[in-house]
Amino acid sequence: MSSAREQAGTAGGPAGDGEARAKVIPIGTGRGSRAGRDGRGARGGRAAQRRTEELADPTVLAGAEPGTESGLESGPEPVPAPGTEPAGAGTGPEPVSEPAGAPPERAPGRGVADSVADAVGHALAGPLGGLAGRLLGRGWEERAAGGLGFLRRRLTGEYEVDEFGFDPELTEKVLLSAVRPLAEKYFRLEVRGAENLPEKGGALVVANHSGVLPLDALMTQVAIHDHTPTHRHLRMLAADLVFVLPGVNELARKAGHTLACNEDAQRLLELGEIVGVWPEGFKGIGKPFADRYKLQRFGRGGFVSSALRAGVPIVPCSIVGAEEIYPMIGNARTLARLLGLPYVPITPTFPWLGPLGAVPLPTKWTIQFGEPIPTDSYPPEAADDPMLLFNLTDEVRETVQHTLYKLLVQRRSVFF
Amino acid sequence: MGKVVLVTGVARHLGSRYVQAIRRQPGVDLVVGVDLQPSAHDLDGTTDPDRLADLAEYRFVRADIRRPTVAGVIAQYGVDTVVHLNVSTTALGSTSRSTVKETNVIGTMQLLAAAQKAAGVQRLVVKSTTSVYGSAPRDPAVFSEQMQPKVLPSGGFAKDAVEVEGYVRGFARRRPDVAVCVLRFANIIGPHADTPLADYFALPVLPTVLGYDPRLQFVHEDDAVEVLRLASVDPRRGTTNVGTFNVAGEGVMVLSQAARRLGRPTVPMLLPAVSWMAGLARQTRLLDFSPEQMRLLTHGRVVDTTQLRETFGYHPGYTTEQALADVAGSGRPGLLRPEQVAGWTSKVAAQLRVTALPDGGGKRR
Repeated sequence: MSSAREQAGTAGGPAGDGEARAKVIPIGTGRGSRAGRDGRGARGGRAAQRRTEELADPTVLAGAEPGTESGLESGPEPVPAPGTEPAGAGTGPEPVSEPAGAPPERAPGRGVADSVADAVGHALAGPLGGLAGRLLGRGWEERAAGGLGFLRRRLTGEYEVDEFGFDPELTEKVLLSAVRPLAEKYFRLEVRGAENLPEKGGALVVANHSGVLPLDALMTQVAIHDHTPTHRHLRMLAADLVFVLPGVNELARKAGHTLACNEDAQRLLELGEIVGVWPEGFKGIGKPFADRYKLQRFGRGGFVSSALRAGVPIVPCSIVGAEEIYPMIGNARTLARLLGLPYVPITPTFPWLGPLGAVPLPTKWTIQFGEPIPTDSYPPEAADDPMLLFNLTDEVRETVQHTLYKLLVQRRSVFF
Repeated sequence: MGKVVLVTGVARHLGSRYVQAIRRQPGVDLVVGVDLQPSAHDLDGTTDPDRLADLAEYRFVRADIRRPTVAGVIAQYGVDTVVHLNVSTTALGSTSRSTVKETNVIGTMQLLAAAQKAAGVQRLVVKSTTSVYGSAPRDPAVFSEQMQPKVLPSGGFAKDAVEVEGYVRGFARRRPDVAVCVLRFANIIGPHADTPLADYFALPVLPTVLGYDPRLQFVHEDDAVEVLRLASVDPRRGTTNVGTFNVAGEGVMVLSQAARRLGRPTVPMLLPAVSWMAGLARQTRLLDFSPEQMRLLTHGRVVDTTQLRETFGYHPGYTTEQALADVAGSGRPGLLRPEQVAGWTSKVAAQLRVTALPDGGGKRR
């Protein structure tokens, strides 16, 4: 116990102050090459990042600069710090450690990939180019260049996600683009009252839920993005089932959705996002066809308390058309229990026609955003007043239900 | 008479860095390091004789904190600040889970028992982890210090950390005169950090779980050392360093993004396959890949650092992105370096542009 002894300094060699960080921690546990090159770690890394950002700019891509390519090749080579020991830079055949301006001396694997890139470029420029021009119309090169810029940002990880995992670029370029034709061409979505959505600042969109699969939520997301002048993103509060399923949870997080819980709802609202909630939950989306357009119970009204705490308006939203996409005439309860799902629908086409039965009916959709219900006039303690919460919940529910009836009366037919 | 700081776990990289930092702190007279083996790292931080003279004295005591001997050390040197860093996912030189658990839990109990008896102790700093929040799909996306996960971690290091924090809370109740600071660190990475996640990122190809892209947060090792230093001295004006704080760099990255920035290809595999491989890696001691690590790489975890920035008064010098960039810049370059990938796309783009213009003319003809 009393074997106390002084730990002598072990830093070897006369090191200058600038290199102190690289020198003083000689950790040799299998990662020898790290210690030597530490001195320029942060700087080199950040510099490389900045350069890659410049490169990711589509205008640079389309810039038709003959030197662009070679500039790219030699650009991101981090130059070893002048004070770095030659032993540190020369350990092993690492391309990073090579001095800048030596692109011909590449590892063989690099050459293969480069020639593939060359071949693709040549093919597009040569025989395929004319075909592409005819098929895709004028200006396809610019679009291709834009696409390449996007591809590069994805492949190099040069994009940002927020703390919920929301990836705005992927959502706009891929996810929304994939859903948009379904909204515009297939369901011929009509959006009314988009001016009730704030251009900036938080809002809570409360809508009716239906249609077996949450297509209504996706359509609302497209509607809000395309019909607000500032292209707002809808951040949905989704059921926990969404975050348990592999694949689905990844997409949901990247599209900006999160778990329906008070903490997340309030955090998003305070960040000034438009948050979407479908308070009927599984009771609404999985209700039988006979109960269509009859709103179910609105949960426990937790969404109202989140809005009150954040002081953001509640925008009631009524969706017509989603009820008829999969007319649910039965529910395979035993199977649902076996699979751990809330319901397994039986529709006139599903499961009888197999995967074909999963094609939604081409109904005509209308999404109406109602007058916002302000909540900022209530005192802060109002969020803990159950009576007020019930009243506000009822008010929102009534508004949505009445709007639904009104829209149904105006509707000519389910499909037109 | 200046402060006497007792540091446990000095043999680890973080402990050694912390000793370096606290020895430079004015007002500290003596630093006592306790561990099973002396630190192999440098503890001076300088070789300049003038600056060496300014450093606080350092003494190493070879002791096992699982035994009551540590009480004698505290009494002998008149320790007033206890910094408990010996709470780790792995033990040095041992992969036995029971040894790790004993060091974490029994070690903390012994240390706290000794500190409770020592009237001179005024400050206690404990290194904890954000894995006390677990990683589960049914929990809120962002954890603040007050939140409790729906299901407490059921085993492994996370459970140790939960238990350690429980004992620390008990200590704080029994010794209200001691300033207690619990720091919940997100994954510490950096050029030298010896954490399981740092080892994972050093793999040439990263196995990931198919269908999941976890959100991750990192703390750079420099920030970790600085936060520990600030926690073990008197707080600056307008800040407090008593309580529980999440420590993480700003910003969030998803695993696939981090892998691409590191230039490491990912291999998505089904969850059972990854679990099996992780078990195999553990058994062959290639890589310590615990089940909780698996959960982190499946569901991810993000914590709120408002308390750290506003109450504790520390803004991490590295964001999550910058911390990763530092690792990328200092480690072995990956198989698919981002610059290389960017080079391919720009090659295609350059080809397109140069020859596309005459093609447009050809169409008109």
